[in-house]
Amino acid sequence: MDWLELKPEGLFCKPGNFYIDPLRPVSRAVITHGHSDHARPYHQHVIGTPETLAIMRLRMGEERAGAHQQALTYGECVTQDDVRLWLAPAGHVLGSAQVVLEYQGQRAVVSGDYKRAADPTCRPFEVVPCDLFVTEATFALPVFRLPDPRHEIAKLLHDVRLFPERTHVVGCYALGKCQRLIALLREEGYHEPLWLHGALLPMCQLYESFGVPLGILNSATVARKEELRGGIVLAPPSAIADRWARRLPEPVVCLTSGWMHIRQRAKARGVELPLVISDHADWDALLDTCQATGASEVWVTHGREDALIHALGQMGIKGRALRLVGYEEEDETSYGEAAA
Amino acid sequence: MIAFAALLERLAFTPSRNMKIALLKEYFSMASDPDRGYALAAMAGTLSFASAKPAMLRALAMERIDPQLFAWSYDYVGDLAETVALIWQADQNESSYAPPTLTEVVETLRDITRTEVPAVITGWLDSSHVSSRYALLKLITGSLRVGASARLAKTALAEMASLTPDEIEEVWHGLEAPYTPLFHWIEGKGPRPDPKDAPVFRPPMLAQPLEGVDLATFTPSEWRAEWKWDGIRVQLVATPDGERVYTRTAEDIGKAFPELLTVMSDIGSQVVLDGELLVIHDDEVAPFAILQQRLNRKAPTAAMLRDYPAGVRLYDILFEDGEDLRSLPFDLRRARLESWFARVQPPRMTLSELIPFSDFSELAVLRENARSEGIEGLMLKKADSLYVPGRPRGPWWKWKREPLTVDAVVMYAQRGHGKRSSFYSDFTFGLWRTVEDRRELVPIGKAYSGFTDEELKFLDKWVRDHTVGRFGPVREIEKNLVLEIAFDAAQYSSRHKSGVALRFPRVSRIRQDKPADEADTLEAFVTAFL
Repeated sequence: MDWLELKPEGLFCKPGNFYIDPLRPVSRAVITHGHSDHARPYHQHVIGTPETLAIMRLRMGEERAGAHQQALTYGECVTQDDVRLWLAPAGHVLGSAQVVLEYQGQRAVVSGDYKRAADPTCRPFEVVPCDLFVTEATFALPVFRLPDPRHEIAKLLHDVRLFPERTHVVGCYALGKCQRLIALLREEGYHEPLWLHGALLPMCQLYESFGVPLGILNSATVARKEELRGGIVLAPPSAIADRWARRLPEPVVCLTSGWMHIRQRAKARGVELPLVISDHADWDALLDTCQATGASEVWVTHGREDALIHALGQMGIKGRALRLVGYEEEDETSYGEAAA
Repeated sequence: MIAFAALLERLAFTPSRNMKIALLKEYFSMASDPDRGYALAAMAGTLSFASAKPAMLRALAMERIDPQLFAWSYDYVGDLAETVALIWQADQNESSYAPPTLTEVVETLRDITRTEVPAVITGWLDSSHVSSRYALLKLITGSLRVGASARLAKTALAEMASLTPDEIEEVWHGLEAPYTPLFHWIEGKGPRPDPKDAPVFRPPMLAQPLEGVDLATFTPSEWRAEWKWDGIRVQLVATPDGERVYTRTAEDIGKAFPELLTVMSDIGSQVVLDGELLVIHDDEVAPFAILQQRLNRKAPTAAMLRDYPAGVRLYDILFEDGEDLRSLPFDLRRARLESWFARVQPPRMTLSELIPFSDFSELAVLRENARSEGIEGLMLKKADSLYVPGRPRGPWWKWKREPLTVDAVVMYAQRGHGKRSSFYSDFTFGLWRTVEDRRELVPIGKAYSGFTDEELKFLDKWVRDHTVGRFGPVREIEKNLVLEIAFDAAQYSSRHKSGVALRFPRVSRIRQDKPADEADTLEAFVTAFL
């Protein structure tokens, strides 16, 4: 497919003259979702879902979130020169979208980050048949067959009951993971107030303004130490085992991440209760999705592309590694902390 | 298997001792017999069955998965059992079967032949979820690391029944997996198991460090003094049912010291003896590092038996011919020990000599001058002290010689665990050496204790303010802070780049007054301590 090409700025649609999730400021950008490695500041013209645009404004301020923002709801089409463009739900976080591009009878889908597992806080991933599918590969190894998140929530709640004198502090990213974790806890019948690190609150308010109910959320930062005993505290991953956590009485350090599936990763982080909850597609979901789109060619943006391309090859699908540098692994340093 | 696997997973990540005990108590009260007994045996390392080889696991996995994908995965995960557990794709028809119980696993593996093992394991893997698969694979390869010692499991059992861990120890070695009578006793459903003639462990009497005590208030004639030997405290047991060598934490280490078992069996005496395990060459006690090499081996090689012969320096006698001597005063036990020793003349054993003295200042001089290998300091024992299990305050004191110290530069720091997880509290420190006219620091050890809470706060802040690099969880820091490190002994070590290692290093002082350039050199260290 020669009308999509890789430039230093990122993936570029030549006939439409725009980039998708560009890594540097550009004149026209389509943004898949609000994580800071995909949604970067100082573009001239930005297209995204209303939720993604709101997230960008919250995280970087009106001035930096694009000189001109153009909202596109799921399924709504625009034609950019000769390219028809629309957005489909990606199931990653609130407002996350796959970018569907149609040009000269061919269809390409750039999926951004996505997952197939249930998430009460965002619209589920929709398979869009296409000729070219552009995918992530964060968890593209067959060891990543991630468990049902409800099982992980049950594990957390069991621990909270077993150690009522301690405080469970759960590391989670400010955008997406935090709200999903809250919604999953509520679904499993936990309706106590949750205590949040200050960096997590604004994004939760934004989710609620888009109609995602999260229950009672209190600030952990101003709470009295004893109030937190026995409760669940949510904080960015960088804070859970650092100075901020010293305000908590007898904390049990928990972390939600797909990486927690690997023992050594959890050990190295000093996590006491690893919770395997991820907002990315696991191995089976990656293969199923690539196959379900019917694409004859799959491009892999970032992650473990070698294993995914190898497995796709065995399924008769041609794979290509884009090796986009700048999209981060789901890890502590990245998108969780920028929430203003 | 599911509950056991969940327990293992939680224990593996929990640094807190109290939480581990709580988790164990919960498991032991929820799990049924004989599952919980086999779980206990797995923790205590008393299960025995033909274990599977890693190569077999790999071969099983290869039947289901592309070799290239397996290789990438193994490379990423780094642990074979974990990789297989994670990557295993259940056969859809098999996965509807109920997963095996721990009892089924243990009893099946005990009874089947080696050729049947692969098919049985495949069936179990198909019907289990990932954490059970992991526990199963670790169990059958004999590499289960529980994250809780046998002692901790016994402590949990004791707490369930308001007993002391020592009361469990006294019956433990007369029992075997799945320990059903033990659980019945704990739950008040059965009598205390009677060890009869089994060579059980007797909880030892331990000494308190001589701190906060004024020796001037002691009457010298009421006290006995002995050297405190730097080996491993052991209990030697010989009964009609067999011989044992136990550590002071009830670990059975007889297999590592077969020469001692032979002696115990040859002397034909029924005794329980308390002493120090040492490697003794031509009447000279070898450095602890030599003993360490023996301890590291489950079974010694012929060369080790020849070059590093084990011996025991006897401190006390607890039982003789079925008679419990523990309620006799020290002087009477000592007389019994000496007469038994004179009569039996056991090979490989020596008596720990009593050091004559008329006042404590004489002892103080002896203690300070005792720099020979194998001596840690002095023991003071009250002449009328009964043999009381545990660490009672008063009857026995250990009077260690002053620690050695070295001024070293902090090089790296890492956060601690549990309560210390937000503090940089593990420090790697080094000494100067000159290589091709260039001065460089070379690490000689790690310390994570010895400082006060205030000092820890200072060190934590210092690390954060002076970080120059990060390697995963490790911070490299500016080589600008000197710590006075106290340690008990120095030894040569091939494991460390510096070629030396310290015993029990801890931070004794923060030397902010000392420029890093003036910290000690490796050369001076070797000259002074090795």
